[in-house]
Amino acid sequence: MAKNIIEKIWDQHIVYEEKGKPDLLYIDLHLLHEVTSPQAFEGLRLAKRKVRRPDLCFATMDHNVPTRNRDAIKDPIAKKQIDTLQTNCDEFGIPLANMDHPDQGIVHIIGPELGLTQPGKTIVCGDSHTSTHGAFGAISFGIGTSEVEHVLSTQTLWQAKPKTMEVRITGQLGFGVTAKDIILAIIAKFGIDMGTGHIIEFTGEAIRNLTMEERMTVCNMSIEAGAKAGLISPDETTVAYLKGRKYVPQDCAFEEAAAKWLALATDEGANYDTVVEIAANEIEPFVTWGTNPSMGSGISSHVPYAADFDSESDKEALKKALVYMGLQEGAPLTSIDIQHVFIGSCTNARLSDLRAASKVIAGKKVHPSVTAIVVPGSRTVKQQAEQEGLDAIFLAAGFEWRESGCSMCLAMNDDVVPAGERCASTSNRNFEGRQGAGARTHLMSPAMAAASAIAGRFVDVREMQATLV
Amino acid sequence: MEPINKVVSVITPLDRKNVDTDQIISKEFLKRIERTGFGQYLFYHWRVDADGNEVKDFVLNDERFKDSKILVAHENFGCGSSREHAPWSILDYGFNVVIAPSFADIFYNNCMKNGLLPIKLNVSEVEELLANGLQHASAVEVNLEEQTVIGLDGKRYSFTIDPYYKEMLLNGWDEIALTIQYEAHIASYEELQRA
Ligand code: SF4
Repeated sequence: MAKNIIEKIWDQHIVYEEKGKPDLLYIDLHLLHEVTSPQAFEGLRLAKRKVRRPDLCFATMDHNVPTRNRDAIKDPIAKKQIDTLQTNCDEFGIPLANMDHPDQGIVHIIGPELGLTQPGKTIVCGDSHTSTHGAFGAISFGIGTSEVEHVLSTQTLWQAKPKTMEVRITGQLGFGVTAKDIILAIIAKFGIDMGTGHIIEFTGEAIRNLTMEERMTVCNMSIEAGAKAGLISPDETTVAYLKGRKYVPQDCAFEEAAAKWLALATDEGANYDTVVEIAANEIEPFVTWGTNPSMGSGISSHVPYAADFDSESDKEALKKALVYMGLQEGAPLTSIDIQHVFIGSCTNARLSDLRAASKVIAGKKVHPSVTAIVVPGSRTVKQQAEQEGLDAIFLAAGFEWRESGCSMCLAMNDDVVPAGERCASTSNRNFEGRQGAGARTHLMSPAMAAASAIAGRFVDVREMQATLV
Repeated sequence: MEPINKVVSVITPLDRKNVDTDQIISKEFLKRIERTGFGQYLFYHWRVDADGNEVKDFVLNDERFKDSKILVAHENFGCGSSREHAPWSILDYGFNVVIAPSFADIFYNNCMKNGLLPIKLNVSEVEELLANGLQHASAVEVNLEEQTVIGLDGKRYSFTIDPYYKEMLLNGWDEIALTIQYEAHIASYEELQRA
C-alpha cells in the first residue's frame, strides 16, 4: 500500500507496540542545550541512572550565551546553567560544542550543518523548534525536560501515533517572496492550531524549488502552526546538501545511505488524514502585526478591523493584541515605524539569510532611529559570512555584527528590546514579551527586515530589490 | 510525581485563548537548574506591571480565587515552547488541573509527566464554566477515575483521556521505571539496526 514518509519513518522506529498504549519509539538523535536539560541530568543522578547512548546525543550552548564579550557572563544564574551543561556532558560522556568550540551555534542550525541531521531519523530536543530538522525528511519534534530524561535513560519515548497532514503549496513563488513568507502565510490562513495532533508534510512545486536552507525555515515554524512536527520528503537537493558533511557517511557508504534516503519519500498516491492547499502566487512578503504568528498580513495590506472577524473571541483577541502592540485597526503596514532590527534565530540566521539581507542594505545606511543587529546562527555561518565579506557590508551600513546564539529571539541574554519599542525580527515568535517585557515584535523575512532597517518602517522589499536586478 | 484523582476547588477563570508558554513562564525565569520554585513567576507579566505593582484586574490577583486548584481557559492552551517550566510553575503555584477546549501537544505531554491533569471539554462547556466562574466564584469537583467534572450546582461534564496516561496519573508512576522493563525490546531493536 502507498505510504507517506511520516508513516514510513514511524513504522521503522517502533520498538514495542501494544493495543491501548502509545508506541515505544526509538530515538536516533538527541540534541541538548543548557536551558531544558539540567533538571533531566539531575533526575538521572538522583535515580542513579546512566545515559544509555551518549553516542546518539549532541549538546551545545545557545539560548543563554552572550553575543559579545563571551568571557564575561554577567548573570550568575545564566553562567551556572552554562557551566552545568559542561559538567553534565563531561560526567555522562556526551559530545558538546561549548561556547569556545568551532561547531557552536543554535542547536537547530548546527545539527544540519554538521550532518547530524539526516533523512529517516527520529530526532528530539528539549526545544519546540526541533521541527526544523524535518526539512531533511526526518521526524523531529520538541520534548519537555521529563522526556529529555526519558530519552537519556532509555533512548526511547512513548508516543501516540500522530495524524498526518499534507500542506501543499502549488505553483511558483512570485518575485521577492521567500520561504519565511510561505510559512507565515500558511499560519495566517489556517491558524496557529491548524496542526495540533498532526505531523505536517509540506509538498508541492513551490517546496520542491526551495533550497535546503529555505526548507528549514518552513519546517522550523511548523510548531507555530501547532504541529507536532513538519517535514519534507528528501530529494536530490537534500542529498547534495548532506554530501561531505562531518557526520554523514562518506564515499560508498554515502551512496548507499543516499539511496535509502530517497526511498523514504512519500509514495505516489499515499493518503493523509488532512490535506490543505495554498497557491504560491497568492503569497506576498509578510509582516505580523499581532501577538501570535498567525496575526500577520501581506505588506501591501493593513492591520485588520475587528469587524473583519466573525467570532467574538477573535474580535477580543485582536483588540488585546493591538493594545499590546500599540497599533490602530486599519493602519497600513507600511506606516509602522520601528526602532530595532534583529536578523538572527534558528528560523533565519543561515548563510543564505545573511546574504539576502546584505544584498538589500549594501551601500545604504541604517535609518538613524533604528538599532540593528545581526546574530549569525552558528560560528560556522559567521566565519563563512566573514570570508565573503558580509560582515563588512553590515558594519558599513551601521548594523552590529555579533557572536552566534539565540540572542534577541527570546532575549534570555542581554539582547533585549526595551518596553514599548518595536522590532522587525527574522525570528519565529511574536508573543507578548518575547523579546523583552513590553517589547513589540514583528516577524518577517531577512530581506524585509533589512529593508525596514534602512527605511525605519516596514516597506515592500520588492521595491528596493527591483532596482537591484 | 504525586498521584492525582479527585480535586474539589473553586475554578480560576482565565478568559483568554492561545495562552502561550512565554506568558505562563517568561524566559527570564528559565535560568534555574531546579524543578521547583517557579510558582511565584507564573503569569508574571500579567500579574505584575512594569513598576512591580499588582495588576488589579488580573484573575490571579483576585482574592476569590486565591486557593483555587483548577485553572480554566480557552482554546490552544500552552502553545509555543517546550519548556516544562510551564507545567512546573502552574503546579508549584497550586493548580492541579487545567481545563480548556484544546491544548498544544508538547504542553499536554509535559503535564502528564508531572501529575498536572489537563482536561479537554467542549468549547461550549468551557465557555459555560468560564461565564459561571467570572460571575461568582464557583466550585467544581474533578474526578479522574470517573472522567468527570461536576459543578456544585450538579451540572456534569465528562471528558476523555488516553487510558495509558490515566493510569500513570492515577498512580503517580515514574515512566522511566516502566520503560526500563522493556529493556530487552530496546536492545533487540538496536541489534537489528546494527545488523
Ligand atoms: S533561536 Fe529562538 S526559537 Fe530558535 S532555538 Fe533559539 S530561542 Fe528557540
